[in-house]
Amino acid sequence: MDINGAPNEEQPRPGQCLRTFLREQGLLGVKKGCDGGDCGACTVHVDGKPVHSCLYPAVRAQGRSITTVEGLAGPDSLHPMQEQFLAAQGFQCGFCTAGMLMTAATFDAAQKENLPRNLKGNLCRCTGYAAIEDAVCGVSTGQSGGKQQLGDNVPAPAGREIVTGRARYTLDVPAAELPGLLHMKLVRSPHPHARIRSVDASAALLLPGVRAVFTHLDAPGQLFSTAQHELYTDDPDDTRVLDSVVRFIGQRVAAVVADSVAEAEAGVRAVAVDYELLEAVFDPELAVLPGAPTVHCDKDAALARIVSPRENVVAELHPELGDVTAGFREADVIHEKVYRTQRVQHVSLETHASIAYFEDDRAQSDGAQSDGGQSDGSQSDGGQSESRFGANGPSEAGTGAANFAGRLVVRSSTQTPFLTRRSLCRVFNLPEDRIRVVAGRVGGGFGGKQEMLTEDVVVLAALRLRRPVQLEFTRSEQFTAATTRHPFRIRLKAGARRDGTLTALQVDVLTNTGAYGNHAPGVMFHGCGESLAVYLCPNKKVDARAVYTNTVPSGAFRGYGLSQMIFAVESAIDELAADIGMDPMEFRRRNIIRRGDPMLSSHPEPADDVLYGSYGLDQCIELVADALARGRERYLTAGLAELGPDWVQGTGTALSMIDTVPPRGHFAHSRLCLLPDGGYRVDVGTAEFGNGTTTVHAQLAATALGTRADRVQVRQADTDLIVHDTGAFGSTGTVVAGKATLAAAQELAGRIRNLAAELSGVPAEQCVLGPDAVDCAGTLIALAELNRHAEDRGESLESEGRWHGSPRSVAFNVHGFAVAVNTGTGELRILQSVQAADAGVVVNPRQCRGQIEGGIAQALGAALYEEVRIGADGRVETDILRQYHIPTFADVPRSEVYFADTTDSLGPLGAKSMSESPFNPVAPALANAVRNATGLRFSELPLARDRIYLGLREAERAADLAAAREEQESADGRRRARA
Amino acid sequence: MDMNTITAVVPTADPDQWRPGDAWLAGGTVLFSYGSSVLTRLLDISTAGWPAVTVTDDGIELAASATIAELYELPDRDGLLRRWPALELVRQCCDSFVASFKIWNMSTVGGNVCTALPAGPITSLCAALDGVATILMPGGGSRRVPVAELVIGDGRTSLRPGELLRSIFLPSAALSSRVAFRRLSLSNLGRSGVLLVGRRDKEGTLLITVTAATKRPVQLRFDAHPEGSDVPEPAAAVVVPPEPAAAVGRPDAAALRAALGAAIPADLYHDDIHGLPQWRRDMTYRLAEEIRAELLAEPAGRQPAQSPAGQPAGPSTGRGA
Repeated sequence: MDINGAPNEEQPRPGQCLRTFLREQGLLGVKKGCDGGDCGACTVHVDGKPVHSCLYPAVRAQGRSITTVEGLAGPDSLHPMQEQFLAAQGFQCGFCTAGMLMTAATFDAAQKENLPRNLKGNLCRCTGYAAIEDAVCGVSTGQSGGKQQLGDNVPAPAGREIVTGRARYTLDVPAAELPGLLHMKLVRSPHPHARIRSVDASAALLLPGVRAVFTHLDAPGQLFSTAQHELYTDDPDDTRVLDSVVRFIGQRVAAVVADSVAEAEAGVRAVAVDYELLEAVFDPELAVLPGAPTVHCDKDAALARIVSPRENVVAELHPELGDVTAGFREADVIHEKVYRTQRVQHVSLETHASIAYFEDDRAQSDGAQSDGGQSDGSQSDGGQSESRFGANGPSEAGTGAANFAGRLVVRSSTQTPFLTRRSLCRVFNLPEDRIRVVAGRVGGGFGGKQEMLTEDVVVLAALRLRRPVQLEFTRSEQFTAATTRHPFRIRLKAGARRDGTLTALQVDVLTNTGAYGNHAPGVMFHGCGESLAVYLCPNKKVDARAVYTNTVPSGAFRGYGLSQMIFAVESAIDELAADIGMDPMEFRRRNIIRRGDPMLSSHPEPADDVLYGSYGLDQCIELVADALARGRERYLTAGLAELGPDWVQGTGTALSMIDTVPPRGHFAHSRLCLLPDGGYRVDVGTAEFGNGTTTVHAQLAATALGTRADRVQVRQADTDLIVHDTGAFGSTGTVVAGKATLAAAQELAGRIRNLAAELSGVPAEQCVLGPDAVDCAGTLIALAELNRHAEDRGESLESEGRWHGSPRSVAFNVHGFAVAVNTGTGELRILQSVQAADAGVVVNPRQCRGQIEGGIAQALGAALYEEVRIGADGRVETDILRQYHIPTFADVPRSEVYFADTTDSLGPLGAKSMSESPFNPVAPALANAVRNATGLRFSELPLARDRIYLGLREAERAADLAAAREEQESADGRRRARA
Repeated sequence: MDMNTITAVVPTADPDQWRPGDAWLAGGTVLFSYGSSVLTRLLDISTAGWPAVTVTDDGIELAASATIAELYELPDRDGLLRRWPALELVRQCCDSFVASFKIWNMSTVGGNVCTALPAGPITSLCAALDGVATILMPGGGSRRVPVAELVIGDGRTSLRPGELLRSIFLPSAALSSRVAFRRLSLSNLGRSGVLLVGRRDKEGTLLITVTAATKRPVQLRFDAHPEGSDVPEPAAAVVVPPEPAAAVGRPDAAALRAALGAAIPADLYHDDIHGLPQWRRDMTYRLAEEIRAELLAEPAGRQPAQSPAGQPAGPSTGRGA
């Protein structure tokens, strides 16, 4: 076949798809998002026609001409579609981009007219498609000029790499850089709860290419949590690399390592496991009942930090502020309802994956791509014979490990390289200088990569085999064996007086953490925090428990418990307003906290480090109310108000608050230096996965240094670069890591000014930094010259910045919807979607808008469609993207996005966090709009069309019954009267 | 995805070549999407050289290997749509694929039918048009079976081991009918939760084919000439006896509801993530009534007073097209 204009003589394997064949030929721009034809990330052209290469039999490509993203344009030029994706910044993480533009590059004018149809085979989880629409249609959203500093729409520095397919994600390492790479596949449990009696790997080990099979007998005994936090004590120690007990269907049982993925798969099929089946429990309500099967009764409560292993309770919380009983007595109306949120999955387009390899001691530490894995034959042979199944006890991996030559490098798709290194060192008993963790560009996170789900087991194998080892999750493994959002059951009771005063708020919360307690305490505590604190209500009571079940583990997910709780609280606020006949926005205005009010949820005293660095909630409320009013006007003017007899319409709103930084410390460290050419380079720890922190850091530094963002190189997410970074979670990329970078930049700017002052004789305060030179009261001294001067003196112009994440501020989001509901079919149409965000000073408006649009789209998925469904046997039933519908282009309306005008006194240059929070108010705003339209409260997600329809029918039947009963009673009454 | 247990791809369309562990490979979009850890060989029928579409006076023969993209182009052929108005269903059904137009370049007519998903839109199309499948059998020979009987359940067909779907014939009589199409999904352009096709032929027979909502296709036939029909009667179809003379080919709403109730027991409604069975049932009744009202209305001139449900491009169903 011919690939990108060059003949290729390689012979594909019979069952191989074109995607893996092309990647084997070094075309790493061809991505795997689903490997099942749903996401389109692997789109290439075969004889000019776009196809999903994961479905295309590679043997059929013989004799044909293949074009991948690498061959779309000439080596130094860009295809117009690539230019357009740059001009509109039609990407965030960029993992879908190659497939997206390879598809769009084939569009004629008619196809561009119908993007919902023509882009439905391309999924993007980050952008919400607005920027993609702009890109495909050739709309440029940049700006000419601008200083490329704070407040400018600076494009992402990696843009050109992304649109040309050259950006290196986790597994985009050319084969030549990792000679001898082995592949791992995992034997997974078919049982929801079982003890492993024995594992027989003898047949597997006889298969060609199989190098080793690891089981719990090979795994370190150290218990840990896959959750990554600054303090590992935040999560229970309930997990082993490989355990002798399996607690959910899909849990790892054994790891097979082989020369190829195919051989590892064959090995997995050949491993025989003897299980002793144990009783399982899937429903959290049943799990807390006396006599329920226990998931972790083998653990010591204090040692493992599990509140009550015998009752399946990981964590609990039972505070009362004021007196809710008195509060309900005072209330004129009381709303009581059980709210439920479902399991949803992150569906980052890049699945979990990592590679562990050894770095030669002499290798440079710059960039994982440049050094690759060094592995010599004798070592790997030794490793192979030594690692025969069952040969060694649990401690071997740890004790033997420190003796290896070179360092172990783990290249992973992670949001937390530094914490993952710490966890690996803890589990394998290694000093930190023996492990380096590096993230390439990360293809989406959303909290799912604040976990250690692959790194531990590849490290186990690499240490034993002394060879580079790679593990890549399939899309189905993402659904069945990674993590999900915690399902919440929230029994809520709230009371209000007719004058619009909230008198009491009470929640009984049960969260389902699944088989492991990763993030269970944090999600439960955080969920019950800002969701309640945003209302100034004297009487609040929380009873919350996080419980184990024999199901796929829950974990960190965008919003971290808030989206679930806010769904219930904001629904209840809406109900109370309806009950007292007040506009819900007005009801909120009367009850929200105002600047200076104590923010109270579960403690009688507010957290001493959460401050009003700024306050824009009031502005957000007005921005949304005004936009909805304008929208109504527009519909009326356009004559669109009447949709037909089956349609009813309504509006709904909801608000959310979030602390800008997680509690108990979030650390960042940045190093900055002036380069010989007068540019700068900043090294940071925080990872880039489409959140845009690279751009933000460049802009913050550029602003402090008087230069342009494109003169600031950013290197990131590598434990070699800086001392420590807690990680890119909790919306900290700007407000914590950015603050460290800003501090470094301010210090360096001072040093440059001082040097310029010294050389020019002009006072430092009159020396002004520019992109190329320092202006010393009219005399220009080039930065390059200053750099030379410093070098001549044996100094270097560099600086460091640190931030520890405290004190923290608060950010706000308010969402509004106008919807129409077809009462005959349940179809829900979004007529208008508006979000106002209080992000402080917006560093990069286009990018921040993209975060919000993406958050809305992801939240719409969770509100309307998505559900990881667990069957009666505990098995995840929705394990491919066709069974788990995430929003496509056709599903996401354009949202209006507004920013409150605030400046935060705590964030860098006035900025606040804005990455998780846009998700949080969306589902309740939608449910409130449906309530407004139909009169019916939907208290469970998702608000799917079938459920809306059936809910309406049910309510209708109930109303008919009530009417009939009334009729009957009055008839009875009449009869009695006659008698 | 890679199918790593496959040891050979054999170019053949001969059922005698088939042995256990083999799968017929057409477009590959299903096999390579789900993967397999048990199959050993792929028998590649794409090399058989079957003409994708053959048009004769009797009707249209679609090769099993015809791609969806080729099928989609069919109504564009000279005069074909004028001659056979039912061909307007072709694009409506193609657009009901949850898969994108890119997949259409590979996916085949036969592949969709043999996958036998309740929401398979080519099953909807061919069943609704009285399509008859020709099946090549091991040991030589072939048999013919209505598409509505070929798909017998969720993911189940009446194909026996080694049998190969060769083609589907759509008869001229069906193609000449007036048709009405209705579809609902839980998401815009998503997988069909309910897909109904109505047909009224020149003799006045009304045929309603229910797919997606039910585990297998269900047909309601309101015959204008119950005794004189020469169209092969699918066994799966429920033939509604024309009890009141006025109802011949013209059921009223109550008769339609009764027929649906008789034809589709509760457990025949499909239950998966793409729609709850009660919703599918109610929507089946709703869309069937819309179709009845549309097709029994006079084709031109004096339209009877339209019920809101009868609007062909009504808001409840406009998304499917």
